[in-house]
Amino acid sequence: MYNVLLAGVGGQGTVLASKIIASCAMKKGENAHTAETIGMAQRGGSVVSHVRIGEGCYSPLIPKGSADVIIGFEPGEAVRVLPYLKKGGAVVVSSAAVKPVTDSLSDSGYDGNKMLSYLKEKNIDVTVVDGEKITDELGSAKSLNIALLGAAAKKGIIDISINDIEEYIKTSLKPQFCEINLKALALGASFV
Amino acid sequence: MKKLLMGNEAIAYGAVRAGVGLVCGYPGTPSTEVLETVAKLKAKGEINDVYVEWSVNEKSALEVAAGAAYSGVRCLVTMKQVGLNVASDPLMSLEYVGVKGGTVILVADDPGPISSQTEQDTRKFGEFSKVPVFDPSSPEEAYLMIADAFELSEKYGTPVFFRPTTRICHANASIELLPPLPKKQPEGFIKDSSRWVIFPRLSFANHKKIEERNADLRNILSDYKYNEITGSGEKGIAAGGVSVSYAKEALSLINGSCKFMKIATPFPFPEKAALEFLKGLKEVLVYEELDPVIEKELTYICGKYHLNVEIKGKLTGDAPCAGENGTENAKEIFSKFLGLPAPETISQPDIPLPVRPPTLCAGCPHRASFYAVKLAMKGRKAVFAGDIGCYTLGNAMPLDMTDTCLCMGAGITIAQGIKHAEPDTVCFSFTGDSTFFHTGLPGIANAVYNGVKMTAVILDNSTTAMTGHQPNPSTGKRAAGEVAEKIDIERVLLALGVKCVKTVDPLKLDEAVEAVKEAADTDGVSAVIFRSPCIAVVKPLPVLAVDRDKCINCKKCIREIGCPAIVKDDGKVKIDKTLCYGCGLCSYICPVKAIGVKEGEKNV
Ligand code: SF4
Ligand code: SF4
Repeated sequence: MYNVLLAGVGGQGTVLASKIIASCAMKKGENAHTAETIGMAQRGGSVVSHVRIGEGCYSPLIPKGSADVIIGFEPGEAVRVLPYLKKGGAVVVSSAAVKPVTDSLSDSGYDGNKMLSYLKEKNIDVTVVDGEKITDELGSAKSLNIALLGAAAKKGIIDISINDIEEYIKTSLKPQFCEINLKALALGASFV
Repeated sequence: MKKLLMGNEAIAYGAVRAGVGLVCGYPGTPSTEVLETVAKLKAKGEINDVYVEWSVNEKSALEVAAGAAYSGVRCLVTMKQVGLNVASDPLMSLEYVGVKGGTVILVADDPGPISSQTEQDTRKFGEFSKVPVFDPSSPEEAYLMIADAFELSEKYGTPVFFRPTTRICHANASIELLPPLPKKQPEGFIKDSSRWVIFPRLSFANHKKIEERNADLRNILSDYKYNEITGSGEKGIAAGGVSVSYAKEALSLINGSCKFMKIATPFPFPEKAALEFLKGLKEVLVYEELDPVIEKELTYICGKYHLNVEIKGKLTGDAPCAGENGTENAKEIFSKFLGLPAPETISQPDIPLPVRPPTLCAGCPHRASFYAVKLAMKGRKAVFAGDIGCYTLGNAMPLDMTDTCLCMGAGITIAQGIKHAEPDTVCFSFTGDSTFFHTGLPGIANAVYNGVKMTAVILDNSTTAMTGHQPNPSTGKRAAGEVAEKIDIERVLLALGVKCVKTVDPLKLDEAVEAVKEAADTDGVSAVIFRSPCIAVVKPLPVLAVDRDKCINCKKCIREIGCPAIVKDDGKVKIDKTLCYGCGLCSYICPVKAIGVKEGEKNV
C-alpha cells in the first residue's frame, strides 16, 4: 500500500494528477482509491487529493503521518499538509507561490521561499520544481500538474513511470493538449 | 475490468444496473454528480430508456418521481440534505400513500459541514418520515447497495432513503461493473383513487400498516448482509456510514481489537442483530457522524431488554457532537476506550500559513454586479440579503456585499422583513438564476402582493455554477444537453407585477450603476437583472495589463474589488496573466487609466 497526497490551490489541476496516478496503478492491476475536495473550496481555497494504492486501506482519506509522498502544487500548501507525511516520506514541490487575495489586501508577507526553506530545515527529502520556469516555457500554468508528476515519477517515488504517464497523456487526454503536456512531463523530470 | 469511479458515479451506475427508469433531482454538493453521471450516459446514447431531468427544485423532483413511481417505474431522486427540507412536504405524504415502482431518494449528508448550511442527519429524517434508510460505508458498497434499496422499496411499496456522506460521494474507488439486473416492464398508471388519493381515512389505515412493516423490518434487516458483526471481547464499537472505514483504519493502526458492529440500515434499526452484538458486552462505544442515531437505538434496546451494557458516544461526551470524523479522532477515542496508549500526536507546522478563503473567480461577473450596487448605494443606508450559490462569496472583503444568507430563495423574502422592521433602509436581495427558479418566485409574488418597496437583483450567469455548471430554466438546455425553451426572467418578473425591471451587463459598470440607482428609487418592487455568463461557460477575453509608467501605485484596484488576478509584485501592482479573464472591471476603477488591454498579450 502506498499513499500520495496532492495539495494545491483550487484550479491548479490536482484532480487530474490524482486521476493519472490512480489510472496508471490500476492498469498494473492495483486497486486505487482517491478522494477530492469539491465545492466552495475549489474557488481559490486550499484543495487536496488523496491517492491510496494497493490493499489494506479502509478510509478514503490518508491518515496523518501516513503519506509516502506529498506533491505540493504550491509551497505553502505543501507545508500545510506536512502532518500527513510519514517519517522518511518525500516531498515534490513547485516553487511558484500563489498569493492569496487576502495577501494583496493586507500584506500578510506571504513568501514562498520561506516555505521552501522550512521544508528543507525539517530534514525531509524535498525536490523543488521551478514552477515559474515551467509556466514561462510552456506559456501556461495549466500543465504544472503534469510537470510535478514527471518529477515524482523520475525520482521513482510514486510507483509509476514516465512511460506510464506518457501513455496516459497520449491515450486519455484531448489531442490538442498532448504536446504541451508531454513537454511539461519532460520538463518536470529534468528537475530530478 | 475495474473502473475508477467516484462514489456518486458508482451510485449512478448502480441505479442504472438496477433498472432505474427515471432520474430527477436538484444540484447540491455533495450529491450533484449522481444525476450528472446519468445525464452523461444519456447524452452518449447509452441509456435511451432512462428519463433524466434537472428539476427546478427538490419538491418538484420528488413529485415528478412519485408520478412515475405510481406507474411502476423505478425512480431515483437526488439532492443534498438541505434539499430534503424543500422536498419534505411531498415526502411525508408519499410515505403514507406508498409507491409501486421502486423509489430511492438519494440524500447526501455533509458532516463538517464542508459545503452546506447545516449538519442535519437524514437518518433522523428517515425515522421522522418512517422511510427506511440505507447508509453505505464505501463507494464499492454503495454501487451494490443501491440495487438492494430499489428491491426493498418495491417489495414493501415504500420510498427509501439512500444516504451517502461527502467522503463517500467524492471518494473514488476501483469498481468492477456488473451486468444489468433483470428488469420488469412497468405496469403503467392504474387508476385507483382508494390508493393514490390521500385522505384522512387512508392515512389512518396506512399509518398502522407502516408501523407494522417497520417493526417487521427491524427483524428482517437484522439479516441484511451489510449489517455486520465481527470480532469478540467485552468491549464493542458500533459505527455506520463512512465512520466504519475510519474505524477500521484506526483499529488497524492502533492494533485495537474488540467486537464490532457495522450498521448499514440505521432505520428501521436491525434490533435482532444489535441484540446479538450486545450479548456478552460490558461497554459499547458508538462512533458515528451527525446525530447520535445508533447510540440512542442501542440505549433503547438495552433499556427494553434490561441489558447491563454501558453505551457511550456523543450523548455521554465520549465522542464529538459536531463536525466530521476521521481516522485521527477514531484513533484517539478508541485508544482511550480500549485502554491502549494514547496515539502519538502529530504537530502542526510551526510557521504562519497563507489564509485562503474561497473567493469569486477572476473575471467573475458577480464581482462587477456587487461592485455596481455598492457604488450606487454609496452613502445610503442599505441592506444586502444574499442567497445560496457562488455569489454567497460576495460577503468577502473587500466587496462585503452579503449581509444575510439563510437558505435557498430566502434573500428575496428576508429583504422584505428587514424593510418592515427598518422602513428607512434600502433593501436589496441577490439571487442567482437557478435559485430564482428554485424558490425565488414565491418571494417575488409575496413582495408584489404585499406592496413592499425593495429591489431584487437577479444574477443571471446562465448556469448553476457552484455545483459545477448544471443547466437551469434560463440556460436553454436540459440535463442531457437537449435544447430547451429558455424561460425569460425579465418576462417572468413583469408578469408577476414587478413594475421596474432593468436588464444590464454588469461589466459595463457605468450603465450598471445607473440601472441600480433607478431601480432603488422606484416605488414598490423593482428588479435589476445582471446578465453576464459565468467565466466557466465562455471563452476568456484578451488579458489586461497595468502600464507601469502610468500606474501611481495607489492600489485602488486591489482595495476595491479583490480580483485574484490583481497581485502585488515587489510592492507594485501587476495582473497575473494566467488568471485574468479580461472582464475589464479593473480598468473602470483605476483613477489614472493605467489598466488596459496590452497589444499582443494573449490569454494563457
Ligand atoms: S480584467 Fe481585471 S478584474 Fe477582470 S479578471 Fe482581469 S484583472 Fe481581474
Ligand atoms: S488603480 Fe491604477 S494607478 Fe492605482 S494601483 Fe491600480 S493600476 Fe495602479
